[in-house]
Amino acid sequence: MDIVNQGLARRYRAEKRFRLYGIVAILLSMIFLAFLFISIAANGYTAFQQTFVQLDIHLDPEMLDAGSLADANYQGLVKQSLADMFPEVTTRKEKRQLYGMVSNGAAYQLQDFVRENQNRIGSVIQIWVPADDDVDMVAKGHIRRDVPEPERRVKDNQMAWIDRLQEQGRLEKRFNMTFFTAGDSREPELAGIRGAVAGSFYTLIVTLLLSFPIGVAAAVYLEEFAPKNRWTDIIEVNINNLAAVPSIVYGLLGLAVFLNFFGLPRSVPLVGGLVLTLMTLPTIIIASRAALKSVPPSIREAALGVGASRTQMVMHHVLPLALPGMLTGTIIGMAQALGETAPLLMIGMVAFIVDIPGGFTDPATVLPVQIFLWADSPERAFLERTSAAIMVLLAFLVTMNALAVFLRKKFERRW
Amino acid sequence: MKKVLIASLALVFALGIGNVGAASRDYISIVGSSTVYPFATVVAENFGKATGFKTPTIESTGSGGGHKLFGAGVGVEYPDITNSSRRIKKSEFEAAAANGVTEIVEVKIGYDGIVMANSNRAPLFKLSRKDIFLALAKDVPSGNVAGKTMPNPNKTWKDVNSSLPDIKIEVLGPPPTSGTRDAFVELAMEGGAKKFGWIADLKKKDKSAYKALCHTIREDGAYIEAGENDNLIVQKLDTNPDALGIFGFSFLDQNTDKLQGALIDGIAPEFEAIADGSYPVSRPLFFYVKKAHVGSIPGIREFLAEFTSEKAWGDEGYLTDKGLIPMPEAERKQFRQAVENLTPLSGSDL
Repeated sequence: MDIVNQGLARRYRAEKRFRLYGIVAILLSMIFLAFLFISIAANGYTAFQQTFVQLDIHLDPEMLDAGSLADANYQGLVKQSLADMFPEVTTRKEKRQLYGMVSNGAAYQLQDFVRENQNRIGSVIQIWVPADDDVDMVAKGHIRRDVPEPERRVKDNQMAWIDRLQEQGRLEKRFNMTFFTAGDSREPELAGIRGAVAGSFYTLIVTLLLSFPIGVAAAVYLEEFAPKNRWTDIIEVNINNLAAVPSIVYGLLGLAVFLNFFGLPRSVPLVGGLVLTLMTLPTIIIASRAALKSVPPSIREAALGVGASRTQMVMHHVLPLALPGMLTGTIIGMAQALGETAPLLMIGMVAFIVDIPGGFTDPATVLPVQIFLWADSPERAFLERTSAAIMVLLAFLVTMNALAVFLRKKFERRW
Repeated sequence: MKKVLIASLALVFALGIGNVGAASRDYISIVGSSTVYPFATVVAENFGKATGFKTPTIESTGSGGGHKLFGAGVGVEYPDITNSSRRIKKSEFEAAAANGVTEIVEVKIGYDGIVMANSNRAPLFKLSRKDIFLALAKDVPSGNVAGKTMPNPNKTWKDVNSSLPDIKIEVLGPPPTSGTRDAFVELAMEGGAKKFGWIADLKKKDKSAYKALCHTIREDGAYIEAGENDNLIVQKLDTNPDALGIFGFSFLDQNTDKLQGALIDGIAPEFEAIADGSYPVSRPLFFYVKKAHVGSIPGIREFLAEFTSEKAWGDEGYLTDKGLIPMPEAERKQFRQAVENLTPLSGSDL
């Protein structure tokens, strides 16, 4: 008894220490997570706004011949309007600087405007066009004015022009619709995530349509019908191993099988979906088997006892009860597939694609690939867009995981 | 009901896959160098907006990877154009010919400077190519004895050259798969090594020993492979003023508020110096077109016209805004001509 009492204080201390370790671990991971979210949000929130410049453009009928509206020099009209606003700019170098303040997407915007409003030709219109990414960066304070001029991308005279535009109320920050409606672009102010979102959508549809039925069928067979022998053991071990295989390996497999052997085209969501199917199958099979295992044997026995066949027993009783667990596993597998880039690298989905894909066989990228590509772009304005795209991706992932939790809570039965 | 659904799904997929295999491609497919990628993408985007054609897809696979994909064969499943930050190698040309890619049109698009830069809060480096070689080579000449080398003992820049600052040698640069790395070792390191008389002589006697000496970068931690992502190098340089980074001129151009480019052989990495060839570490950039695809894939001819137009690659063109150093006018004319006639490259030119 004395020996026990002697050690008591020490044991209490050990107990306390152990709890403390746990709390510290949780705190640390919370801090890392908070740090991640805060730094992404702080970098990215500005990307949801874009600076616009208001231009007065004289739609000169001489330059806009009704017969050839498509070939008219819209860039020239935009430049003319800028030159009219700043008549003191005369040298070639300064003119170039001046014209560079407006995005070169302005000309295409003007073209669309003219096509829809042909009756306005001849009049002076006021139109808001996106500013160049450098101007945008100044307006958002990412290019600082206190750095000496030679080290700054935006020179003093351009700063003066920006100030003047601001005084005249011709510079305005607005919600950045382009970010959600446009495809990729090399001009940050014209770049958007819609192409990548569409690509992710088509890829995941293919993945879901293939991996869910195959995964569930495999799980049901292995769990309910397969005999327990060496072969099924080998299969089981292999499936568990496959779940741990690095994803790039699936990309190499996809390259060898789908592209080189079957001759499917590069960079398309169909192949991306096939590769991601291979990757998510083990996850879905394992989750589905766990869900089937958790259905109590008494239900199976009762069904068989009243004369149901094994197929009826599975289809009418076991599968419906196991479905919520299977769906949870599938959604988590899908979320994993949504965030994957490495296997897509090998099959050509890491590419610059401007057009928004309209089907399973149009070239496409996916959201995480878009983030990767933007992170590698030299323009400063892509930094904030990268963070903004990460925020969108995280929002999708959180939604999917929340859905999985919700389904589990709502439909899960405990025995 | 369920069976019908499953059967129809299966049918849709079978048909879908069957169709895809036989389908033709109505967009241009481009692969290749990550250095040319920023320029090719801008041209592709403008081409897609200005014409009715679909925007080409561009993959950044590295120069070597691009040539491999490009030379794999003729047909819609193979790319039409490959970008390259160096000239096509004779071996690559022959491999392509063996796969039926016999007619390749070479287009030089301009020049790119490779810079060594550091944070502009740190002192400006004034390097010679010899300094670069002595700082980064795996083995350096030992004493003044010809033919004798030792593992690189230099720890600080002051060890290399007493006029340089007393800072630990720490250089962030691209991995061996990169075309930038190939060009850097060839132009900067080899250029510096040649300053030693006996190494220059070695070239004639034993070419492979010469290459091994000049092109091998030290592996003791002074040179840090920072991956293909140049933006990452820029960010690391900003936080670590003691480090230098190696990357393409366009990244220095976009980040002049954070970085300064080291002078090499007394020449600063500036637009004009790279254009006139006085900056020693600059290289030409190319792309290669499969002639057999012109006509069968829509838009290739128009894309080439856009790329070689004055408004793109000219002195004032939009590619110069992205950091491309244009060729002299005569050279531009020559390559524009080659593109119009689609003059194929012959093996004897390489």
